[in-house]
Amino acid sequence: MNLRRDVFQAIADPTRRAILVLVATQSMTAGAIAANFDTARPTVSKHLHILTECELLQQEQQGREMYYHLNPQKMKEIADFIEPFRNMWEDRFTKLETVMKEYKANKPA
Amino acid sequence: MLQKTKINAQDGKQDLVITREFELPVDLLFKAYVEPQLVEQWMGTKVLKLENKQHGSYQFETTDPYGNKHRFNGVIHEFSPNRKITRTFEMENTPFPVQLEFLEFEELPQDKSKLTMHIVYKSVAARDQLLQLPFAQGINMAHNRLQDLVSNLLNIR
Repeated sequence: MNLRRDVFQAIADPTRRAILVLVATQSMTAGAIAANFDTARPTVSKHLHILTECELLQQEQQGREMYYHLNPQKMKEIADFIEPFRNMWEDRFTKLETVMKEYKANKPA
Repeated sequence: MLQKTKINAQDGKQDLVITREFELPVDLLFKAYVEPQLVEQWMGTKVLKLENKQHGSYQFETTDPYGNKHRFNGVIHEFSPNRKITRTFEMENTPFPVQLEFLEFEELPQDKSKLTMHIVYKSVAARDQLLQLPFAQGINMAHNRLQDLVSNLLNIR
């Protein structure tokens, strides 16, 4: 499983985009974010986890509460249009490498 | 994470260079471009035709998530096993002009290899449009909203 998620995969989901828009103006706790959605709390937590994992969101401890805020540096990367093109080739070549390693392993001696 | 694939696309030029090192011996890397069933596996396409020789041609077909079929084809100008493939690439039924591709395969120490793909487009505009295609698809629906968000953030800071 690919744990390092792609930023574009992260923003492909409408709920996650809505979360980004929410926290763009102020940092919020997971509870406050979840209150804006009809979705179950664990689902929202999963979205927050994904957004944090790809560094679009950052966590900050304030007293007993954990606040989420936007990482503007990572948002800037989205504006870098060449990155998705590079990722497309990266994925393709990674696939090539995997296919050929399997081919090599299964090849009769 | 180390980014293995590098893209060199200079402003105002109508070509670009893609390089990538593989943990594969060069003959296996080359084979991935030559054997139809291997091409199908890593490119996720159906190989309709693949003639690996000078003046040969190829035609591949992909099916998108909506079930639409897209074909692309080209002519092979140079075919030198484990070293070089020079070919054209054209997407059928699209306004994108044909492009010229120079693929160079290099042997590296410890059973590794390197692929250098030099692509020449019809114009600077054609190159930039193709470069932006995955970007446009990636944000698709979120486009306007996200664009606003990004520009707001850039203005704030």
